[in-house]
Amino acid sequence: MSKFWRTMLRNPGGVIGLVILLLAIAIAIFGPLLFPTSPWRMVQRPFLPPFTVPGLPLGTDALGRDVLAGIIYGARVSLLVGLVSTMAALAVGIPVGALAGYFGGKVGDALMRFTEFFQTVPSFALAIVLVAILQPSIVSIVLAIAIVSWPPVARLVRGEVLSLRTREYVQAAIVTGQSHSWIIWREILPNALSPVIVLASLMVATAILLESSLSFLGLGDPNLMSWGYMVGAGRTVIRQAWWITLFPGIAILLSVLALNLIGEGLNDALNPRLNKEGR
Amino acid sequence: MSAATTVSIRNLKLALPKGSDRPYAVDDVSFDLQPGKILCVVGESGSGKSMCAHALMGLLPDTIIRQAGEIAYDGQNLLTLDDAGWLALRGRHIAMVFQEPMTALNPLMRIGDQIAEMFEAHNLLTPRQRKQKALQLLREVGLPEPERSVRAYPHQLSGGQRQRAMIAMALALEPAILVADEPTTALDVTTQAQILELIRDLQRRRNMAVMFITHDFGVVSDIADRVVVLQHGKVVEQGAADDVLRRPQHPYTRALLAAVPSMQPPPRTPLADRARAVEVVGLDKTYVSGGGWFQPERRVQAAKQVNFDILQGETVGLVGESGSGKSSVARLVMRLIEPDQGTVRLGDTDFTRISGRALRKERSRIQMIFQDPFASLNPRRKVGNIIADGPIAHGTDPAVARQRAAELLGLVGLNASAMERYPHEFSGGQRQRIGIARALALEPEIIVADEAVSALDVSVQAQVLNLLEDLKARLGLSMLFITHDLRVAAQICDRIAVMQRGGIVELKPTATLFSAPEHPYTRELLAAVPGQISSSRAA
Repeated sequence: MSKFWRTMLRNPGGVIGLVILLLAIAIAIFGPLLFPTSPWRMVQRPFLPPFTVPGLPLGTDALGRDVLAGIIYGARVSLLVGLVSTMAALAVGIPVGALAGYFGGKVGDALMRFTEFFQTVPSFALAIVLVAILQPSIVSIVLAIAIVSWPPVARLVRGEVLSLRTREYVQAAIVTGQSHSWIIWREILPNALSPVIVLASLMVATAILLESSLSFLGLGDPNLMSWGYMVGAGRTVIRQAWWITLFPGIAILLSVLALNLIGEGLNDALNPRLNKEGR
Repeated sequence: MSAATTVSIRNLKLALPKGSDRPYAVDDVSFDLQPGKILCVVGESGSGKSMCAHALMGLLPDTIIRQAGEIAYDGQNLLTLDDAGWLALRGRHIAMVFQEPMTALNPLMRIGDQIAEMFEAHNLLTPRQRKQKALQLLREVGLPEPERSVRAYPHQLSGGQRQRAMIAMALALEPAILVADEPTTALDVTTQAQILELIRDLQRRRNMAVMFITHDFGVVSDIADRVVVLQHGKVVEQGAADDVLRRPQHPYTRALLAAVPSMQPPPRTPLADRARAVEVVGLDKTYVSGGGWFQPERRVQAAKQVNFDILQGETVGLVGESGSGKSSVARLVMRLIEPDQGTVRLGDTDFTRISGRALRKERSRIQMIFQDPFASLNPRRKVGNIIADGPIAHGTDPAVARQRAAELLGLVGLNASAMERYPHEFSGGQRQRIGIARALALEPEIIVADEAVSALDVSVQAQVLNLLEDLKARLGLSMLFITHDLRVAAQICDRIAVMQRGGIVELKPTATLFSAPEHPYTRELLAAVPGQISSSRAA
């Protein structure tokens, strides 16, 4: 494990990403302690530019709400949605892919046709429909994002399992009389995990973007302040009050960038053969 | 060094990057290549023999530091040559033949075009002349139907034909030096014999200096004029082939030569009146691939009407070239693949008719040792778990199973502390021992060894073979031993079955098979084993 961290930390991009992400997580956890007031509360005159009134460094929005407080509370929503929906997508995608790859034949065909069914529908359109039907709430948003993002996981895992199951150590496990579940769980999945971890880190980023897009369109949870909602609400007044959309936009950009950098770093650390050593 | 020297390597010292297992890949190595002579560089894996070849071709990775020494060719030191210098030199003066012709050729380019590319790269000849030259070269290296081969893609040729095409490419610009890095290792014995003959023949005709890298002393004795023996990057012995092979001075050379299995089968006590451990009756397996709406399906018969039995305590060898179906038969016997027809009986149990839980239970009676010690152990599980998993799956108490795993490690000559380590911490030979311990953990009656020693160096190979023989005798095991190496088969098998295109063509006690082979294919195989005729070769 220490070798993993050493390779990870040698990658400057990965370190920067990790620092930004840790910062965002810290803000999400401890930020509300520093800003105990609700981000929905009107605290000052509307349209206050940044750095004009002490205590409101990022100014106020069209209804006089603190933009900084909004960003801090939004971090919670974005990270939560990103992580939970990715977990849910993995929980569906990994078993489907593993079973399809391991058993192949009719079982595999059936599972993969099912997967492709989801892939043929444009994912953002499907997410909008799902949230609209289920009523916008944090649960329905997480669910919608998970439903549109598990097929790539299933396909990736299936490919890995397909190639791993012909390895000699898997055959050795069959020959020594291990059960199917043991072979999948203990022999195959641990060796298939590194590309999945890399994909997962990028999926968190995509999920954050998806949530922001949904909130931008007004399909976010009405009780939770989120970055996408802030951008959406400020868009109409962007020429008078650029800061209302700019700062949440930067927050989205930074967190997605951080996750992508981490994904890149993870890829280097987990696939040592692609390292820059050699020529 | 009385004769003219083409290339002279002097005190070559190449440093490995920090953190490697030794400081130098090649340490103070000196030797000469002479026109019209073949120099064999021999050594086990990791001895630095490929590094020498890559240094001579200017193909060293950037991480290797050229510490000292020189490679003198035509009045220049190749170690200090720049890229432009190499471009002029490679192909024209020094050419290389690689180990694996499938990956060394561009799969999307016709053979003829790849040869013509050699001329194109050096701006020689007109396109039409290049085509003619390619054809002529293919004729010279003895490719069948050169007019058709010129238009063929690499995958349409056999392994031996691909290697001939590679050689044609290397010879295109009539280089003074040919570097051949294990050119026959990936080939079958009969093909290997032909390729060796070809290299020898071309080298005489063109008066080339050849540097031939190999790990196989049989090949050395067939082809070498001079021999350099490398160990851990150092030259331990060099001299004329006859001297090194017949009167080796250094203990390492002697040990290597002694480890080469002899073609003379040792006497074996007959095993009549024993019960049958395995009986294989009429096994059939055909692989069908492709077959859509617009193309006919491809059928390969991997096993046709295979019959044999193994007595208790007996070792039966299954020999043949690649594609003969010997590995398929092993997997059919293990029930890793399902036969189309036929029966495998273990004692009284019909192993082909059971399934599910009953099959899993019976599997403990027949265990397998795999070919590749690097692929057959799960890289993410500790050695102790790898060995104990089987017995635990069969209901043994985990504590007892781990206790037993430690004992087994001792039995195969490893320390019990290996239990807590991961497979990558072990060498190839040690990994193969772990594989053997895993196979023995279930206390099987029968062991199927699929090329179990093929991936190992000769000295390690000898140790593992001795271990297998010893364990077999002590535990009263029966064994199905699959190999392409007739020397190994001669040493370990009681009876040998020769396979060709999915069928057994001859099945006889080992001594009889070697002294009186009946089937023409068996005779051909026996004749092709390298290193038997060193005495009769004209020097």
